[in-house]
Amino acid sequence: MKEKILTNVRIIDPSQKMDEIGNIVIDEKGKIKSIGKKSGTSKSAEKIDLKGLIAIPGLVDMKAFVGEPGFEYKENFRTLSQAALAGGVTSIVTMPNTKPIIDNVSMVDFIIRRGRDKAKVNLFPCASITRQKEGNQMTEFGLLKARGIIGFSDVNKTIQNTELMSRIMNYASDIDVLIMQHVEDYELAKNSCINQGEVATRLGLQGVSDIAEKIIIERDLSLLSEFPCRYHINQISSKNSLNVIKKNKSNGIKFSTGVSINNLSLNQNDIGEFRTFLKLSPPLRSEEDRLSLIEGIKNDLIDVIVSDHIPEDEESKRLPFAQAATGSIGIETLLSLSLEHYHNESLPLEKIIRCLTINPAKILKINKGTLKEGSDADICIFDLEKPWVVKAEELKSKSKNTAIENRKLQGKVKMTLLQGEIAFAI
Amino acid sequence: MATAKKVSAIKKTPKHLLGIQNLTVLEAKEILTEAKSFIKLNRGSSKKLDVLRGKTQINLFFEPSTRTQSSFDLAGKRLGADVMTMNMNNSALKKGETLIDTAMTLNAMHPDIIVIRHQDSGAPNLLSQKVNCTVINAGDGRREHPTQALLDALTIINRKGNIEGLKIAICGDILHSRVARSNIYLMNMLGAEVNVIAPKTLMPKGIDNLGVKSFTDMKKGLDGCDIVMMLRLQNERMQGSFLPSKREYYEFFGLTPEKLKFAKKNALIMHPGPMNRGVEIDTKLADDINVSLVKEQVELGVAVRMACLKLYCK
Repeated sequence: MKEKILTNVRIIDPSQKMDEIGNIVIDEKGKIKSIGKKSGTSKSAEKIDLKGLIAIPGLVDMKAFVGEPGFEYKENFRTLSQAALAGGVTSIVTMPNTKPIIDNVSMVDFIIRRGRDKAKVNLFPCASITRQKEGNQMTEFGLLKARGIIGFSDVNKTIQNTELMSRIMNYASDIDVLIMQHVEDYELAKNSCINQGEVATRLGLQGVSDIAEKIIIERDLSLLSEFPCRYHINQISSKNSLNVIKKNKSNGIKFSTGVSINNLSLNQNDIGEFRTFLKLSPPLRSEEDRLSLIEGIKNDLIDVIVSDHIPEDEESKRLPFAQAATGSIGIETLLSLSLEHYHNESLPLEKIIRCLTINPAKILKINKGTLKEGSDADICIFDLEKPWVVKAEELKSKSKNTAIENRKLQGKVKMTLLQGEIAFAI
Repeated sequence: MATAKKVSAIKKTPKHLLGIQNLTVLEAKEILTEAKSFIKLNRGSSKKLDVLRGKTQINLFFEPSTRTQSSFDLAGKRLGADVMTMNMNNSALKKGETLIDTAMTLNAMHPDIIVIRHQDSGAPNLLSQKVNCTVINAGDGRREHPTQALLDALTIINRKGNIEGLKIAICGDILHSRVARSNIYLMNMLGAEVNVIAPKTLMPKGIDNLGVKSFTDMKKGLDGCDIVMMLRLQNERMQGSFLPSKREYYEFFGLTPEKLKFAKKNALIMHPGPMNRGVEIDTKLADDINVSLVKEQVELGVAVRMACLKLYCK
């Protein structure tokens, strides 16, 4: 590969507190050679002028579902990486709720091999915390980690058994593995498909109170003070949960928290008359909750924004609301939808980018989400002002269940580089 | 005075009857006025009209029903439609066919009206997006049961002359009740004041935002009420324990002659049926023709459904 030099670009890299106009020099191996306004030049290098655009580290999405194996008709490695690259995402943490579930070493070998062959992005697979996600028996954390598993999550299921959870944390603390919990009490959430309240009452749907989320966070953080391990709350959705997080953080408990871009940008009223693409878990809650989540990002109580990309085919969504599948796609629109919070002045640009790059990379302990010299040249280049309208049929995911169809967004990815190579460009 | 040509409020709107929430006051009143004209017809000896001659009506019932199903059946037939009733408890759905597939199959037979009862809230809305005939909601999950509310309104108007200014209590399992929801919307729309009475575990969250006052004390809730609507305890929808026992429920929320005294002197009782005698209502009270409107509700149900079929079938 020839050396490349990206010129006249505004570089925002929260990992080195950089926000300046300058150049990025990429060496033959696809690493960052120098960066910033003082960065050098090279005569032989291929020059790309990016005047008026912004370069940030390639995004790290901590929660996405790829259909392989078992659900190839919803999404596969190829379509997921196309969607990701079009959205500036270069590193993806994939969820283990495939068929079969990724809960043993042989599955890991398969998924890593398959991902290497078919995907064009950096994949970091998760395994389930418990066998078959059944919440009974922990998986082989040590062996799985040694084979390349980045973290452990039962995805849409919560470890309900308190004794087991305490043992998981205790065991995990010794071998430095990351536990990513979906926080929801089963009994309180049973049969629910929407936030409890007026909207649920009008639609005649079974609602779930945010107490279901809060109670598991409280339980887990109590256990965590006893068994300090690397613990991450996958997604929170309510103000009440934030209050618990705040209290525990000020007591010195160490953990990290994520939020889905959907919960940051939509509320329960958007469900309208049974729009099943907005049936999500955790559910969309009140506007007050949504605003509190934005505050949570501002105050560093929330560390990560995820796409919670869940491709679902039309058949699974074209059902009465209670029966319809949960989740929406979002990896391709993750950055653009996040930028909405910059454009409407609810969050600073630096903070948004931090939550999409270096923060998740730090939690995962991977050398991504940064443009420091020597790191891989995974770069997302976007036009901050470019207006566009989300059209499901134009999105690259195999499934088209976007929660923000027809939404007018501002800011669009122009080019994505993966290890110095242009992997996507318009 | 020259009589202006009668203008229907319903023509301009979507042709489905999915819920009271989607109705305007004008539309609701038009249905009630139309229904009134059928009461006499139904009491006469010759009950057949040919308003819907040549039209096909399919009753698609995914949930067991006695009165609503037979009422829609009769209503369609009396208007001259060809009526087919499908009980979906034991058909293709059991073989894995989805609601939409079933709907598309039936749609291919060119019906003019589909009347649907379904256990999932929102099923009629989904159906209405996929078929090209009129969809009438005969009860979906715990969301709406518009024709029940309309027949309740007609029954009240028939007895009291008007709904505006009345005070109406709805008492019982509000949480699981589509009848309660539809009645709350309609009675509010027609100018009544609505109280809902239920134990806390059967009171849905956010109900106050629907424009009602909520009570857990039946005596307070009944105070000054002209109409007392009792609801059935929907045991089939209850998962887990909502109440200690039926005995305790009857003690605090069952309608007895003693409790009825807290309402207005000439208060009337209604019940959408089927009744659990001795659980939510005293059995003698239920049969007392001086205060109970239960039989009238069933009778006027046919008239209301005839009106809906006529006005919505284009």
